[in-house]
Amino acid sequence: MLLTEVEPSVNPLMPATYRVVARRVETDDVVTLSLEPTSGPSLLFRPGQFNMLTAFGVGEVAISISSAPGAPGPMEQTVRDVGAVTHALCTAKVGSTVGVRGPFGTDWGVDELDDSEVVIVAGGIGLAPLRGAISYLVDKPGRTGQVYVLVGSREPDQITFPDDLERWERDGAVVKVTVDNGDAHWHGAIGVVTTLLPTISFDPARTVALVCGPEIMMRFTVRGLADLGVPLGSIRVSLERNMQCGVGWCGHCQLGPLLICRDGPVFAYSEQLERLISERER
Amino acid sequence: MLSHMDLSASLIVDRAGLDGLLGALAARGYRTIGPVVRDGAVVQRQVSSTGDLPQGWHDEQAPGHYRLHHDDDSSLFAWAVGPESPKSEFYPARSLVWRTSSTGDVVTLEQPQQESAPAALIGSRPCELAAMRVLDRVFAGGEIPDPCYRDRREGSFVVVAECGTPAATCFCTSMGTGPGVEDGYDLALTELTSPDGPRYLVRVGSARGAEVIAEMGGSPAQPADFASRDAVLENAARRIERKLDAGNVRQLLASNLEHPRWDDVASRCLACGNCTLVCPTCFCGAVSDTTTVDGAVERHRRWDTCFDLAHSLVHTGPVRATTWSRYRQWLTHKLSTWHDQFGTSGCVGCGRCIAWCPVGIDITVEVAAIAASDGAVPVHIESGGDRS
Repeated sequence: MLLTEVEPSVNPLMPATYRVVARRVETDDVVTLSLEPTSGPSLLFRPGQFNMLTAFGVGEVAISISSAPGAPGPMEQTVRDVGAVTHALCTAKVGSTVGVRGPFGTDWGVDELDDSEVVIVAGGIGLAPLRGAISYLVDKPGRTGQVYVLVGSREPDQITFPDDLERWERDGAVVKVTVDNGDAHWHGAIGVVTTLLPTISFDPARTVALVCGPEIMMRFTVRGLADLGVPLGSIRVSLERNMQCGVGWCGHCQLGPLLICRDGPVFAYSEQLERLISERER
Repeated sequence: MLSHMDLSASLIVDRAGLDGLLGALAARGYRTIGPVVRDGAVVQRQVSSTGDLPQGWHDEQAPGHYRLHHDDDSSLFAWAVGPESPKSEFYPARSLVWRTSSTGDVVTLEQPQQESAPAALIGSRPCELAAMRVLDRVFAGGEIPDPCYRDRREGSFVVVAECGTPAATCFCTSMGTGPGVEDGYDLALTELTSPDGPRYLVRVGSARGAEVIAEMGGSPAQPADFASRDAVLENAARRIERKLDAGNVRQLLASNLEHPRWDDVASRCLACGNCTLVCPTCFCGAVSDTTTVDGAVERHRRWDTCFDLAHSLVHTGPVRATTWSRYRQWLTHKLSTWHDQFGTSGCVGCGRCIAWCPVGIDITVEVAAIAASDGAVPVHIESGGDRS
């Protein structure tokens, strides 16, 4: 599984055309599309990077890649239906054409984590950009560090990738899931995802944490991890803002000094980042 | 302050020499874009002779105020800056990114050809040249350059006109961007007055400029001509009264994100975005897709403004929902976080945002107000008991 550096295309605003070769419904508002280029090889990416997906005639939106690099089968992108473009993508028919630009941004850096224990904390759809990283870590031969996957979901039927969760556990990861609100069929944990942190035992000094979810969830998760002794610099988070170019020209994804598409979306946590995402907007 | 450029390469020309310049540039295939008066403002249009230039026109600018008046003099460059800037040449306000053509189920994307002729900008101001260099960092200085911007910019020819008549809104002397300029141009003009009408000191800033100046006629510039230039620039600098503490402002704004002045300015700001549209460095852009009557899809890129509610929209809503947040974003970006992102200030001191603000908000006054009570925080009246 070689992660190759990606050469930028001549004009990064020009999408390549990809065919929707499979469409899998994950939850009532989340769909995973399998995409293959209409010509030439599929793009090379690192887990945590994102693409700009075009629903022709509707618009373009930033979506993280949810499959693992080098995995068999087409590239996958998981989309939550929250607006006009994501609705068009979620309802794209198998055989239809979408536009793909990318990959853009920083990645989780999973190829540097062979000896680290890796604590992965996902909130809701935040599991999608982590899914490729988890599969990569679980499948990589010769890794020694344990992989922990902690998932928080609002309700049991909002849990994404249940087959993957089972598969990762079968292949050696520690997988725990909690929901905010249970139902009659739910026998698992109830509570926010940070309540899972004390239930796993890991060596904080040799742990790297990968966190993705709503910003408030990430802030509390970072606090929980720090309380357990994980250094801030060993915690990586993925941030989201409006993005319209992916290459640092459009100005939409600014967060103070940062351009999320260029400097992120994956950032090593720091006190400065804490201040930036805690800064009050009105 | 004699120029470091080779004196012998510099010329003194009259107006006929400028016409020779326009002809030489046109003969080289450039679109010659210069200042013309339209609808009561100096704007940029294609020019073919000095007869198109704003002879005798002068501008009067103040917060929320821009007016032209005409005199009988034969000056061509005795105005400061208009609402347009070179930004629109290299980064058009609206441009086609791609268009689809579909055959059955196959979608093909076509990229438009670049415009045929590169631009020769006539009479750009030193502050505008500084703005081009800021945009060069944004669009062409990063890991992934914008090929459309880069091609237009690299192909261009820049004839700067140094500034002898700054407006009351100008503060280039604070930002170190004017009224004179020493490099970064192909040719630089300084309009000098003489009893026989204006004469122009022409200095060379590039190899291309040296080729073109050879076709301009005129006579070699003398030390006295450089002394006249110095006098023009010193007089211009003396007339600039607006100030901004450029050395301090980056840290000042970064450490005053809760300053009560943000409430004050938010109560006046209309969030109209005029300041960002006239700004020669504001680069935010949006894309929009449309479907044509024949079923093709087109994507256009257009200027956007951080004052628009949709600028920060994510699925949970806008990140910056109020004018308070959006004005703070604009000012802190322009003067503070721009340094972090691109290694330079985003402000060149041209004063356009002051003149074209419909309610006359003055960037220099806002900064000074924050500096005057550095560290102030709004008074919050807490209700209820202790919160920790």
